[in-house]
Amino acid sequence: MVDALESDIRASLGDRLPVEFSRARYGAELVLHATRESLLPLMLLLRDTPSLDFAQLMDVCGVDWPERPERFDVVYNLLSLTRNARVTVIVPTDESLPVPSVAPIWPTAIWFERETWDMYGVVFAGLADLRRLLTDYGFEGHPLRKDFPLTGFVEVRYDEEAGRVVQEPVKLTQDFRSFDFMSPWEAMTSLPGDEKVHLNRLPTPEPAKTEGDKP
Amino acid sequence: MSDLSPTEDLSPTGPTEIDTPRRIVEMDSHTINFGPQHPAAHGVLRLILEMKGEVVERADPHIGLLHRGTEKLIEYKTYLQALPYFDRLDYVSPMCMEHAFALGTERLLGIDKDIPERAQYIRVMFAELTRILNHLLNVTTYALDCGAITPALWGFEQREHLLEMYEMTSGSHYHANYFRPGGVAKDIPAALTPKIEAWMAQFPAFLDELERLLTGNRIFKQRTVDIGVMTAEQAMAWGFSGPCLRASGMAWDLRKSQPYDVYDRMQFDIPVGRNGDCYDRYLVRMQEMRQSMRIVRQCLDQMKPGPVKILDNKIVPPSRGTMKRSMEALIHHFKLYTEGYHVPAGSTYTVTEAPKGEFGVYLVSDGTNKPYRCKIRAPGFAHLQAMEELSKGHMLADAVSIIGSLDIVFGEIDR
Repeated sequence: MVDALESDIRASLGDRLPVEFSRARYGAELVLHATRESLLPLMLLLRDTPSLDFAQLMDVCGVDWPERPERFDVVYNLLSLTRNARVTVIVPTDESLPVPSVAPIWPTAIWFERETWDMYGVVFAGLADLRRLLTDYGFEGHPLRKDFPLTGFVEVRYDEEAGRVVQEPVKLTQDFRSFDFMSPWEAMTSLPGDEKVHLNRLPTPEPAKTEGDKP
Repeated sequence: MSDLSPTEDLSPTGPTEIDTPRRIVEMDSHTINFGPQHPAAHGVLRLILEMKGEVVERADPHIGLLHRGTEKLIEYKTYLQALPYFDRLDYVSPMCMEHAFALGTERLLGIDKDIPERAQYIRVMFAELTRILNHLLNVTTYALDCGAITPALWGFEQREHLLEMYEMTSGSHYHANYFRPGGVAKDIPAALTPKIEAWMAQFPAFLDELERLLTGNRIFKQRTVDIGVMTAEQAMAWGFSGPCLRASGMAWDLRKSQPYDVYDRMQFDIPVGRNGDCYDRYLVRMQEMRQSMRIVRQCLDQMKPGPVKILDNKIVPPSRGTMKRSMEALIHHFKLYTEGYHVPAGSTYTVTEAPKGEFGVYLVSDGTNKPYRCKIRAPGFAHLQAMEELSKGHMLADAVSIIGSLDIVFGEIDR
């Protein structure tokens, strides 16, 4: 089913737009990688081609990859009711370059894009209403970025003397602890001085079952 | 309530100059701050309504007053620790929220084909009981918004029976934490089946009585028929799903079209509305409760004894008994509850038909024991956004019944 969908999208795309195809979740989900320039034509094509008919935009969200030069992915999840198919469209961007808004195509995108702006600071060009959505009035920063600490920067409390809620810098009685669970026993497949063990060992048929076989 | 005085421009001390002819302009437009602490706001909705007389001109929902940063917190928790956060999203239908995350994690782990049949039946059965739980609350409080008090009193009694089933099975009334990646936490108790049977014996009669109170009720119909009409095209453009989309005439149900667990073996009908108004959304929910009863009945009939979680102790904990005797089991238990399991790198957008509509989890894994990104797609988020589209040109009192008909719960919208 995913193969048929991919070939149909390829056929209607031709070579007009630079779109790359990939698969997620062991080949069961189709992912299109577009650029900022090709996003709007691609979305219009996906919605308006009768054989595709992706009439519903179900979700827009951001993903932060701080080590990349274009650190954000904007992820669109589309649904076609007539075809009973889903497709994911991913557009990479950075803090300053705006992604064209798809709100003219699907009005439901307004809140989803506002949320992505709020959480990641991705700018959407053509979105009339770029207000914050989920965070507090007057909030600063973009909380879902990977460099934003989990505890945040300010905390609020009710001040008896001032008679109102005041904001103060976060004071933790104990530092936030983040444990490193990347266990060396699973990451290091060969121990120092023990490299020859791979030559003697038979290939294990099921990697998930090895520990339970010992007597 | 800001400029709520229609006589403002009639006052003699206005900024009128002497030589210009005096003009009287009646400005009857004003802004109302609806909520965030209003019983009909269904939680902490702050709705800025721009009114022209008693007619809504513009509606601007301000959300986020219940924002708890669930998605950020999940990035710092292992997959097993992240699951309880889902109960707290849509707290009216907790187990349906867990369902999407459990399915998504299983698909990333590649174990979605190995889930034992009994676990799938239990999940489907509880998902349907949860759907009734959700619709009971929505329909009855919706009637309360429209002025009918009795349905709410009756409905909460029925909800209590269902919540007792939750408690028998998971140990908790609301925050069940029962569906797990790999199956369910534990098998259902022996006393549950007779309890469900007894409850099912009386529930259709309750639904009939509820319908007798509401469906033909003149006042209820005056408040809901032709209010907040959404055509099928509009509903699709605004990202509607679930009962709200079906009320607009689209026979779309993920349980039928993209079935998960054992929904492909279930016989049930999809109730579809015709007009897409508030009354149709109510009717669809009433019919869905009857269909959910059918599914629960089929689950009880088809369920066979067997394991309720996969046997791989790298993902699900070993039994308490083996832990006392086997060193392996003890190690597995320790590793699971400290480090958790590592999920292979990948991403998935997994959806379930939650009672309110399409509930999706976009899960990105980077191969560690914690989700790299977990985006929660709440159906109510898209529904509430269409508030202006739905309420424009209606009276203020109609805005209340529109909010009720959309089935808004802020736990999932604000996340």
